[in-house]
Amino acid sequence: MTLTQEAIEYPFDPVYQLELDPRYADLRKAGGPVRVRLPYGGEGWLAVTHADNRTVLSDPRFSRAATIGRDIPRVMPDIRSTLFDDDPVLIDMDPPEHTRLRGLVAKAFTSRRVADLRPRAEQLADRLVDELTAGAQPGNLVESFAVPLPLLVICEMLGVPPAEQAAFRAWISAAPPVSGMSEAEMRAARGMLEGFMQRLIDSRRAAPGDDLISALIAARDEGDRLSERELVVLALTLFVAGYETAADQIGNIVFALLTHPEHFAALKADRSLLPGAIEELLRFIPLGASSGFPRMATEDVELSGRRIAAGEVVFAQADSANRDETVFDRPDELDFRRTPNPHLGFLHGPHHCLGAQLARMELSVALTVLMDRLPGLRLAVPASEVPFRVGRLTRGVEALPVTW
Amino acid sequence: MTDGKDTGGRNGRWRVRVDRRVCIGSGFCYGSAASHFRPDGIKSRPVRPVAEPTELLLLVADGCPVGAITLRDQLTGALVAPVQEHADD
Repeated sequence: MTLTQEAIEYPFDPVYQLELDPRYADLRKAGGPVRVRLPYGGEGWLAVTHADNRTVLSDPRFSRAATIGRDIPRVMPDIRSTLFDDDPVLIDMDPPEHTRLRGLVAKAFTSRRVADLRPRAEQLADRLVDELTAGAQPGNLVESFAVPLPLLVICEMLGVPPAEQAAFRAWISAAPPVSGMSEAEMRAARGMLEGFMQRLIDSRRAAPGDDLISALIAARDEGDRLSERELVVLALTLFVAGYETAADQIGNIVFALLTHPEHFAALKADRSLLPGAIEELLRFIPLGASSGFPRMATEDVELSGRRIAAGEVVFAQADSANRDETVFDRPDELDFRRTPNPHLGFLHGPHHCLGAQLARMELSVALTVLMDRLPGLRLAVPASEVPFRVGRLTRGVEALPVTW
Repeated sequence: MTDGKDTGGRNGRWRVRVDRRVCIGSGFCYGSAASHFRPDGIKSRPVRPVAEPTELLLLVADGCPVGAITLRDQLTGALVAPVQEHADD
């Protein structure tokens, strides 16, 4: 092992559709974190193995909060404070502050609460398929199904009235990719969204309901556990995080099934495979598309034989971890019977996806309704012509032309 | 109970349990409260079976994405977390 390792340029260029850059497999062979040089802010480390990713994402010596406002290795030129100016969002915080804030909303996202939401999600999915099949073929499954389903579900959870849901949906579908926006455009878009959320909070405060926004308002107004600004930022975080990644994964998963027809046929023939299929697709699909949210070592840490010095930054790479051949047998193959399947598709540690159980339910509902209602679902164009979005935090099908 | 005698003047301590049949190894607990939980293979386990009541421990137990963590009053056995919100299940 060499003590000084030459840094490689990172991040890698975007790859085709749902492929994973083959360089990760080579990097994993070295067995430890890899020295990387980012476009701005110099060098850091990249965790590529399953074990190192779990450590970086869960060991309290690796801090999210310590990175905020620092000249750390990064993709964009400006040193970002946080996503919402100087107000920390959940992903920028460490325990126990993070635990306190997340605790206010965590109960709304547990397995049991999510199970209560399932019948409503099924109704919404059915309605979307009604609307899709009422239109001409081919239809666009992303616009007609993958995007609106999680959006409608999070709107229900947050208590967004139906009239406002339509407006918000229109606004979202018109929104340009985040990284393609100028600072001024991002500020304007954020301002609109914040105004929307503030009006929603005001209306829920006047007429509380059995929804998450009303519960958060109660925590603010009665418990004094949130500032008004924290309330707006937290509600916005849930709103944005609550649909986009789920929408991307619904589209990605349907695309993966349509391009793995033997697997799709096996699933249709034996629905008991569905939970395992969802976990396997979450493992197999490289959802992360960016080098966001690095961690900073708060003291010297030894990670798989390499010393991460205090103040150095480590990037997690869950997509690489999910193909770690020391954890997953034949990692580049889809296997709906894979067990156990300790994938990091929802990441790991304190920031393990708050909406993981909600996402699992939505994916299960989406696939069940599609298989029930559209058994002949197929791509309307060659798979190679299906466009994918670039420049977002997550990877996703841009449009999915289908017939049924 | 191996620690049944260790209650003198310490009423109200919590018995901490991770149900390994339910645990999905999200790492939420040991990532949020490393003094209370630690990784064990691809799952999690309590560092100690009985702990002093703290807000952090309560938040972490309530925040487990699959409800695998239970906290019970060591003496009475009463469930402290997760908070039961639905009487019908």
